[in-house]
Amino acid sequence: MHQLYTAVFEPGFFGSAQVRTAATIGGIVAIVSAITGVFTVIRGQSFAGHALGDVSAAGGSGALLIGLSPVAGFVGLGIIGAGVMDLIGVRRLRGRDLATGVVLGAAIGLSALFLYLTSTTGATTGATQQVLFGSIFTTTSGTIPAVTILGAIALAALAVLGRPLLLATVNPDIAAARGVRVRLVAAGYMVALAVSVGLSSLAIGAILSTALLIGPAATALRLTKSVARALGLACVLGVLATWLGVLLAYDSYYWGSSHLGLPVSFFIVAVIFAAYLVSGLAVSRRAGIRAEPVPAVPAAGQDNVAA
Amino acid sequence: MTEQARDGGMPTAEILRVDGVSMSLSGRQILDEVSFAIRAGEFTGLIGPNGAGKTTLLRVILGLQRPSRGQVTVLGQPRSPRRQPVGYVPQKVLLDPDMPMRARDLVALGIDGSRYGLRLPSRQRDQAVREMLHAVDAERFAGARVGNLSGGEQQRVLIAQALISRPRLLLLDEPLANLDLRSGQEIISLLARIAREQQIAVLLSAHEMNPLLPVMDRVVYLAGGRAASGPAGEVVTTEVLSQLYGHHVEVLHVHGRVLVVAGPGGADDTALPATDALRAR
Amino acid sequence: MFSGFMMNAWTTATIVAVVAGAVGYFVVLRGSAFPAHAIPKGAFAGAAGASLLGISTLLGLAVFAVLGALGIGALGRRSRQDVATALALVMMLALGAAFLSRTTEYEPEIYSLLFGEILGVSTSEILPTAGLGIACIAAVAAIYRPLLLSSIAPEIAEAKGIRTHRIGMYFLLVVALATAMTVPVVGALLIFSLMIGPPAAARSLTSRPLLAMILSVLIALATVWAAIALSYQYNWPVGFFVGALSAVSYGIGRGWAAWRRNRTVAGPEVTTALDGA
Repeated sequence: MHQLYTAVFEPGFFGSAQVRTAATIGGIVAIVSAITGVFTVIRGQSFAGHALGDVSAAGGSGALLIGLSPVAGFVGLGIIGAGVMDLIGVRRLRGRDLATGVVLGAAIGLSALFLYLTSTTGATTGATQQVLFGSIFTTTSGTIPAVTILGAIALAALAVLGRPLLLATVNPDIAAARGVRVRLVAAGYMVALAVSVGLSSLAIGAILSTALLIGPAATALRLTKSVARALGLACVLGVLATWLGVLLAYDSYYWGSSHLGLPVSFFIVAVIFAAYLVSGLAVSRRAGIRAEPVPAVPAAGQDNVAA
Repeated sequence: MTEQARDGGMPTAEILRVDGVSMSLSGRQILDEVSFAIRAGEFTGLIGPNGAGKTTLLRVILGLQRPSRGQVTVLGQPRSPRRQPVGYVPQKVLLDPDMPMRARDLVALGIDGSRYGLRLPSRQRDQAVREMLHAVDAERFAGARVGNLSGGEQQRVLIAQALISRPRLLLLDEPLANLDLRSGQEIISLLARIAREQQIAVLLSAHEMNPLLPVMDRVVYLAGGRAASGPAGEVVTTEVLSQLYGHHVEVLHVHGRVLVVAGPGGADDTALPATDALRAR
Repeated sequence: MFSGFMMNAWTTATIVAVVAGAVGYFVVLRGSAFPAHAIPKGAFAGAAGASLLGISTLLGLAVFAVLGALGIGALGRRSRQDVATALALVMMLALGAAFLSRTTEYEPEIYSLLFGEILGVSTSEILPTAGLGIACIAAVAAIYRPLLLSSIAPEIAEAKGIRTHRIGMYFLLVVALATAMTVPVVGALLIFSLMIGPPAAARSLTSRPLLAMILSVLIALATVWAAIALSYQYNWPVGFFVGALSAVSYGIGRGWAAWRRNRTVAGPEVTTALDGA
């Protein structure tokens, strides 16, 4: 029994401060991302959710350049980017993704510029890597307060906007007829998304930011018919995936003779991906394989109109 | 200012007044000085051929579009969605099959979908939802995802979500378009009953008038951008419709049904509304 | 600006722009902006892996680009396309992070793979790039009509016997191919700017498919050429100018379309629920 325990939890796991920090920050970010992610998947804005990660990274590079706090850079440019996306985005899904893409392209261009200027003026090596990938193990416990506060802000915004947002997502005209300020609510959601993605990119890196935003939410939405239950389930899945990933990454240093040691992000993403695939199997077994596959491209005349 | 009208001794309030509404888009005149009024409890059919501007008129009434000229007054006040919420059942609601919303959830959003903040558990609300689902005969699929429902089932759910907020005015855009005859008739009698019982003003657009004839209190006939309103017997006549269309049309009464056919010299031979299986060719 | 090694840059840029403009037209038409971003980005992870194993970076790039396209297509059969794209992308990036963690000296190559090193293209690379470019154009030309129909009206296409899912998958593979040939030049992160901004602008100017595609290529050419010239002049990275100019061309396209729409409206502008009325 003891052998099994040490096989699963390699020595020093629970005692490591690094692990505790990673688990705490990862847990908080997982919850914020999961809740934001449920709304994101429902609204079909996964691209915006991912793009804002790169936009935030550009903000991070910019902040590095002028010596500002990275948090300000990440969240600041993220909100600006989200605002622009919302402003120029059109009602139809396809037009909205185009707007996202254009803003993303411009932001990446900025990233290129900032990183270039950083490398010529400063002595920061590995800046590209750092900004793009980040690592949950390198974040310090000092960022926990900032992460918590920003996360709380994002969640508060979503709690306030939740119902009108859902109604507007189902059908913006019905919502408008009921007096919902559709434009305002949509913009509010984008800001919440920007804050959530900004903080997750900063804390745990761009890859995990997208993975924790979309994966648990998409899995939960497949498994349940109620939005409320999906929110809870996504949180659970996100936190479990994060902790499992941290555990596996820690253990991986002890595997084999060559000290494998793969990064945490890899393990967390792998767990999330696997969970999603398994949920697909469960769904199809329950309902029988769908008669026709989900249309790859919605018909031009009947685009999903989304606010 | 609400006008009072005597109806069997009981005054009925004027709910909706459309006054000289005109609308042009891309150089085309879609609506031309459309005027009419609807009273509480009245079931009004907005009839017109496809492309006549019915959806545009409904959107103007809803406040989703501003007319080039004219005014819409609801309950005596200029139309504004935030002041007087209106029940609305849109035409094409292609609900995503993956949308995790059950029928009962959508109906619940009909109650508080416009309120900010977290939703607290409420027995009253759950009760209201159950009753409304029962009223529209949607109980058996209340727990199913809205995206998986058939056209008729979705229609009932949408009507439920519109009615549950107890609006004074209910607008439906071509609700019968994708329904089979029997479902359509069920929906119509349901709406008519609710309109009477709860004194709601119902405005329902359609391009086929005959299913509505038994229950319609009045007709607003829209053709060529112009509208004529009044009891069906007065409006759906050869003289009135010919004037609206701008060319000669014949109104025929065949086996208790109304047929509108393009007369000789008519600009086009396309089927006009209020025709059934028999089409004028 | 037009001497020696710069001619390589101009030539390669031209090839890239033609491919990006042509393929990009369909990217915009099909609303595949996310896959157009995800496939190059995931391919980048493959380049990292190849470098680790000592294999040609281009091969790693191509393999992961194809894997990405297949992954998105496969997952997309039973989920929404954007969710499928996001998950396929993060999985590939995670693999990339795993590869990267095994090597330590990689920094300069990352930057150029991500943002492009067009000014460093050697003469020997031009011919293969041109060859791949021709292959891309040929691939699009081969399925032009079914692709067009299934992008605009999938149900009609299905009714005609076109397997829209196969065509969709095929198109993703074309994007993968375009990625593999253009990433070494313009960088993984920016090829997609060229596939979005110029074609979107072209579509705002005209709705005739062939004309829009030609315009898309022309605007892409203008964008890349201007970007190279500006980069040469001010020493700032080409990628920055590509991103900025693509956004500008998109903006001009939108502005033009709005101006034309306003001119023909007789009455005041139509407002919708989204205008905060």
